[in-house]
Amino acid sequence: MSVILTEAEAKALLEKVLKYSKADECEINISGEKRGNLRYARNEVSTSGSQITQNLIVQSAFGKKVGVATTNEFSDDAFEKVVRQSEELAKLAPENPEYVGVLTPQQYKKSSGFFDSTAGITPDFRADAVAKSLELSRAQNLAAAGFWEDTHGYSAMLNSKKLFAYYPSTDVNFSLTVRTPDGTGSGYVAKGFSDVSKLDTEAATKIAIQKSTGSVGAKALEPGKYTVILEPTAAAVLLENIFFNMDARSADEGRSFLSKQGGKTKLGDKIVDERVNIYSDPAHPELPSAPWAGDGQPMERVNWIEKGVVKNMAYSRYWAQKKGVKAVPFPNNMIVAGGTATLEEMIASTKQGILVTKLWYIREVDPQTLLLTGLTRDGTFYIENGKIKHPVKNFRFNESPVIMLNNLETLGKPERVVSTESNQNYMMPPMKIREFTFSSLSDAV
Amino acid sequence: MLPGFAANVRTVSPEALMEPGLDVAVKKRLADAALNAAKSKGATYADVRIGRYLNQFVITREDKVQNIVNTESYGVGIRVIANGCWGFAAVADAKSDAQIAKAAEDAVAIAKANSKLMKQPVELAPQKGFGEVSWKAPIKKNAFEVPVKEKVDLLLDVNAAAMKNGANYVNSILFMVNEQKYFASTDGSYIDQDIHRIWPNFTVTAIDPASGKFQTRNSLSSPMGMGYDYLQVNPKDKVTGVTTRYNMGYDMLEDITAGAQQAKMKLSAKSVEAGKYDLILDPSHLWLTIHESVGHPLELDRVLGYEANFAGTSFATLDKWQSKNFKYGSDKVTLIADKTQVGSLGAVGWDDEGVNTKKWDLVKDGVLVNYQAIRDQAKIIGEKESHGCCYADSWSSVQFQRMANVSLASGKTPLSVEDMIKDVKKGIYIIGDGSFSIDQQRYNFQFGGQLFYEIKDGKIVGMLKDVAYQSNTQEFWNSCVQVCDERDYRLGGSFFDGKGQPSQSSAVSHGSSTARFAGVNVINTARKI
Repeated sequence: MSVILTEAEAKALLEKVLKYSKADECEINISGEKRGNLRYARNEVSTSGSQITQNLIVQSAFGKKVGVATTNEFSDDAFEKVVRQSEELAKLAPENPEYVGVLTPQQYKKSSGFFDSTAGITPDFRADAVAKSLELSRAQNLAAAGFWEDTHGYSAMLNSKKLFAYYPSTDVNFSLTVRTPDGTGSGYVAKGFSDVSKLDTEAATKIAIQKSTGSVGAKALEPGKYTVILEPTAAAVLLENIFFNMDARSADEGRSFLSKQGGKTKLGDKIVDERVNIYSDPAHPELPSAPWAGDGQPMERVNWIEKGVVKNMAYSRYWAQKKGVKAVPFPNNMIVAGGTATLEEMIASTKQGILVTKLWYIREVDPQTLLLTGLTRDGTFYIENGKIKHPVKNFRFNESPVIMLNNLETLGKPERVVSTESNQNYMMPPMKIREFTFSSLSDAV
Repeated sequence: MLPGFAANVRTVSPEALMEPGLDVAVKKRLADAALNAAKSKGATYADVRIGRYLNQFVITREDKVQNIVNTESYGVGIRVIANGCWGFAAVADAKSDAQIAKAAEDAVAIAKANSKLMKQPVELAPQKGFGEVSWKAPIKKNAFEVPVKEKVDLLLDVNAAAMKNGANYVNSILFMVNEQKYFASTDGSYIDQDIHRIWPNFTVTAIDPASGKFQTRNSLSSPMGMGYDYLQVNPKDKVTGVTTRYNMGYDMLEDITAGAQQAKMKLSAKSVEAGKYDLILDPSHLWLTIHESVGHPLELDRVLGYEANFAGTSFATLDKWQSKNFKYGSDKVTLIADKTQVGSLGAVGWDDEGVNTKKWDLVKDGVLVNYQAIRDQAKIIGEKESHGCCYADSWSSVQFQRMANVSLASGKTPLSVEDMIKDVKKGIYIIGDGSFSIDQQRYNFQFGGQLFYEIKDGKIVGMLKDVAYQSNTQEFWNSCVQVCDERDYRLGGSFFDGKGQPSQSSAVSHGSSTARFAGVNVINTARKI
């Protein structure tokens, strides 16, 4: 049997494993994955390889006593052993007051994230796609360092209340840094797709080359507050810190940026500009994701921030029960709605400002305000009277995405981006922001 | 960077972790199957790593055990050179010669497919084979032999102490790692190694509901290359002063008691006034500054551009090293790479390409003298052999150059922290690591911390908050005016240092004594949202 199971094969296997269960409740998750990667630097292939993995996780419960065991061995003996192991652990465990039981069967939205094109990638296909990129950098005597990774796999689950779910998916991520031979210019591009036929390594490489040669001869500007245009790749690494911190329990406990005086939360409060709308939707055509969470909860479209107001926080099933509200799982994707403006139009409408194409080494400085620090990288440019005038030296910034989204000027047209920090894919618009705080200069190129 | 443990693991029952792995004779047979298959398909070099990786996490909050997780990951990774190009393939749960031979063939096929992109073939520094050898971390008490109940009781006691001393919330974790690694190569080495690591740590949170503000204090423990003996309390491992810090033994109960009180004190501490200060940096803080501003920029793969697409390159270019007079720091600054230091996270007998480990200078009396290099880089810096700092975080990951333990040498003349502080007119004493960020060539950095004490006219006058300092690596190390003597030397370290694509995690220690840096730029990080 292949490592990647069809829906019928996965269901049959899960039913077989469930038959071994003697617990009050049992939940089984299964997954299989094939990954291939190609890495290169200094215009030469460096390391690359392949990895095949599969995993089966069994959770057994006797009352509120819960145990989990996992195996990557797929045989009848191993299946029985892993079920018994989870039951032994459950019997040994103290009662978990936060255990809320398994779910009954649910209805899921349709989401199509599996593409045969991506699943069929071979080592030669990878090498040919990268060759198109390398030819361009070599021809211009520029140094390319890049990474290609494709994945195809599935996940499925079944529990003792007969909830069954299955989701197959494919993904390909390609990123590239092109540097000038003297090290004075550097440009970057990253593209992520579910369907590899949308990935054009040649077109992507041209973007990185343009930023690389265009960033030579950067001039130093004084640190301070500037109007900035963040390209989607730069905006993603700031805004994802809002997404990661939408947990209701932390807010209720008073230790989140969503907490406020008197032990209350900001649910229902306007926290950013009214043009900001952030939602998740597993059926988004350009960013499909699994329509169910690991415990089988359905993933609906959820508005997290609507017209600048916090509309939803993530509630675990336990915390939702305790608070008497509906559970809202952490989403599998995130979409920041935008407008219609193109990046070029946003630049053309800017009297004075800085175009930031990428940000790097983002770290939280203060969880209370979501103050972040990090630096610009691989192409930063000064804009004057609607035109890019010249490249500028990199800056360190200290800024909160919450403050930033209150200083919003314009949102552009969203596109699919890969976070250079978390590797997550999002739909993200370019954005123009007033008074973005740069705190010092960096000599790095 | 803090990635989690490798995803490709399975959880197992506590008892299963004590079951021995494969017998060394079986591992040798499997290794030979891989090497022979690779050679028969045209590989000119091959190495194989048969790995069994055990982890245990005990995770608690307040009076609850949130999770006890045991994971075991077993598999085989095979790396080859064919047509002058690297190839790699990994296979899970492989116990038959046929499975392993197939993976070796896949690795050769990948090398051959990629060789058409190659202009310059890989060249390895020569390495003698060591035959059949072994190495075991010199631990006193295997953490995996300690009953889970004992670990749970420790953490729940620790949490209770935090709550009793004013914490509103507490999270505590005990991480334990055992890497059982078998390496073999076509150079004729068969190396069996057993490595242990441990990291007890916590975060306490204090909340002021009236203002809606909160503060946290993280533990002052360090991840160590030790067994459960790190949790044996011994007065000789304690450094007393404004708060107690720890050397080769950690008193978790004592630290959390102080931590809970300090988190509350931070709520009402004075917000720092931005400006230039002399910084007195404790080893529990300075390790991270060493890691980011010395360890990473002196990795030769970064210097050469191999990491340009992710972690970045380095300001410490080859011309600076070749000049023999590049002042990385003041003459008080000597920085040493070491893969042999007992109790450190990086200590092993041989690295993951079969090179025996060693100790060497990176910066000597302020001058840049060397880098960290592995077999396919050694000749670039005129070295005849690798430094022995190649590592993969799993059998399923390909090995590459990773940071050795990099440490600041202690001062040669007797100097205590108290004497150092007496001399400071306007300063901040920083203990514990906090927020950290540095640019892709390692010039500009910003660091926070856990505890900040204001120094005025040679005396500590109170606690500060909202502190972060910014500097430039060369400027910072050249502002180092004093380093305490070896009596104050302690190790800090990272359990999860991220690097590479796909990203891999490695554990590394950094030692130092308390050091003083003159006139560093401090910013105030308070904001209102």
